[in-house]
Amino acid sequence: MAELFPLPPLPTFAQVVFMGIALLTVVGSLIVVLSRNLFHSALGLIAAFFGAAGVYFIAEAEFVGVSQVLVYVGAISTLIAFAIMLTRGMMFGVTSPRNRQSGTAAIITALTFVVLTALMNATPWPQAGEPITDGEAVIARIGSMFVNEYVVAFILLALLLLVSLAGSIVLARDRK
Amino acid sequence: MNWSDVLIDFQMRLGAPEELRWLVVAITYFIGAFLLVNASLVLALLLIWITRKIVSRIQDRIGPNRQGPFGLFQTVADALKLLSKEDITPANADVIAYALAPILAVFPVLMSLAVITFAPGFVGTDLNVGVLYLVALGSVGIMAALMAGWSSNNKYALLSGFRVVAQLLSYEIPMVLAMLAPVLLVGTMRTQELALAQSLYIGPVNLGLGWFVFILPGAFLIYFISALAEAEQTPFDLLEAESELVAGFHIEYSGMRFAMFFLAQFLNAFFLGAIAVMLFLGSWQGPFADQIPLLGPIYFLAKTFLVYLLIQWVRGTFPRVRIDQMMSFAWKVLVPLVLVLILSQMILMKLPMPVWGGWIPYVLVLLANLGAVAIVLSVLGRFYSRNEITTKRAFDPKSLIGTTVPVSQAGD
Repeated sequence: MAELFPLPPLPTFAQVVFMGIALLTVVGSLIVVLSRNLFHSALGLIAAFFGAAGVYFIAEAEFVGVSQVLVYVGAISTLIAFAIMLTRGMMFGVTSPRNRQSGTAAIITALTFVVLTALMNATPWPQAGEPITDGEAVIARIGSMFVNEYVVAFILLALLLLVSLAGSIVLARDRK
Repeated sequence: MNWSDVLIDFQMRLGAPEELRWLVVAITYFIGAFLLVNASLVLALLLIWITRKIVSRIQDRIGPNRQGPFGLFQTVADALKLLSKEDITPANADVIAYALAPILAVFPVLMSLAVITFAPGFVGTDLNVGVLYLVALGSVGIMAALMAGWSSNNKYALLSGFRVVAQLLSYEIPMVLAMLAPVLLVGTMRTQELALAQSLYIGPVNLGLGWFVFILPGAFLIYFISALAEAEQTPFDLLEAESELVAGFHIEYSGMRFAMFFLAQFLNAFFLGAIAVMLFLGSWQGPFADQIPLLGPIYFLAKTFLVYLLIQWVRGTFPRVRIDQMMSFAWKVLVPLVLVLILSQMILMKLPMPVWGGWIPYVLVLLANLGAVAIVLSVLGRFYSRNEITTKRAFDPKSLIGTTVPVSQAGD
């Protein structure tokens, strides 16, 4: 019986969880693109961000996952929501972000998907030796890399943030 | 040994096959989550009762005393009333966001249960980024307020939503930086290890009094003030201001959806107190907690309820601040102070020390904390005393005498 109808192996628990999270991500992304209401698109984006954070958690990269929630859900989404709300005319009523090129966009997206999937399957991914099980070691290594190998990039990023902060203060300042 | 391991072992011994171990683990975690979440929902009823009793005692009233012993069932009756109320959705409201917002408000509060250390070995999951996880959850609540304010299709709700976002975003910065102080001290973000690090050994006996508040009083003060603002408690509850304003971003909500915002607010106050206990007040540590394991959860809950009582005491005694005062206090006082504290702590912890003097950095950090807070308080005191004089002059009634013309003469 079993030989006549070979059933595909049952998914493991981690795979089931991954399917749920992937579904959340995909549906969220679809809402971002297809929704006719900009605020709903922003909400879909948040769902997609949560899904991405879940994928990081499954990959045992807790630090990246938590940072994803902190930065993207906490800060970026709030920023996007503010931008949408303060833009009059988009707040209420239906605005269509779609245009006549949606068919072309769909074709290009599908092609990109195919090419990316083929590339991912063809690429021999490097395996970084033993998996790191000690979480502290990962965080400590990220921290020491910031102040050793990548110190220039880190300082440049800090400088960029400082400049944008100062710039926003100058823009929003009271002109007398 | 974790309590979840004990449960899993018990189920395996009942005869669960080894290949179904993942199912057993899943069931165990589900039981744990179910118990914790429902216990905290019941806890919310108790918290609301405590608040009512304390605030009414402060205001020289008796408070609820009819339903059940000491009026304990008053909140139960209120919850039943809210359950039976009509669930109104305003016209032209954004239905999806309107329905999702109360859920998203409760979600981060309950999710923070996962890393709260009630007792040794009693923690949902000992995440290696536990403290950062709590911070990340706090930022989700902002989105809920924004969604509720926007989707209600009410301009007051929207304005209040903007205000709540401004408040939560500004006070998140000093709160997160204050939470960084104990993490820097121990070098881990695991909540359970933070708890273990707050022991104090005299010989082989653990007194359990090595609380970080004794080393970082400044950071604790900043955390407490910012947590008050994060939980929207008095004196930072100007978004709600039940006695004089409409109820803020959840003005349009009724029935159980309103109750969920209420629930989130009270539980948030309690859990921010629990985080204060975990980071600064020794978690489950206390005298004899090592010898008698049952004392661990008792200590933890007792400390958390004490912090909650402190929050309610503040609620009953402090006047509400204005929004400009609130924002300038966050950006001009708390953020610079906490930056000074963190920087000084970083430098002092890395100073070269003799081998015998492992305790010297802690004393130095304590002195830096006290010094920074004292300087800020004296500067603030001077500023406000000078400010008060000028305000008095501007509004002194005596200065108006002889300057105004009586009404009867004005027409002549």
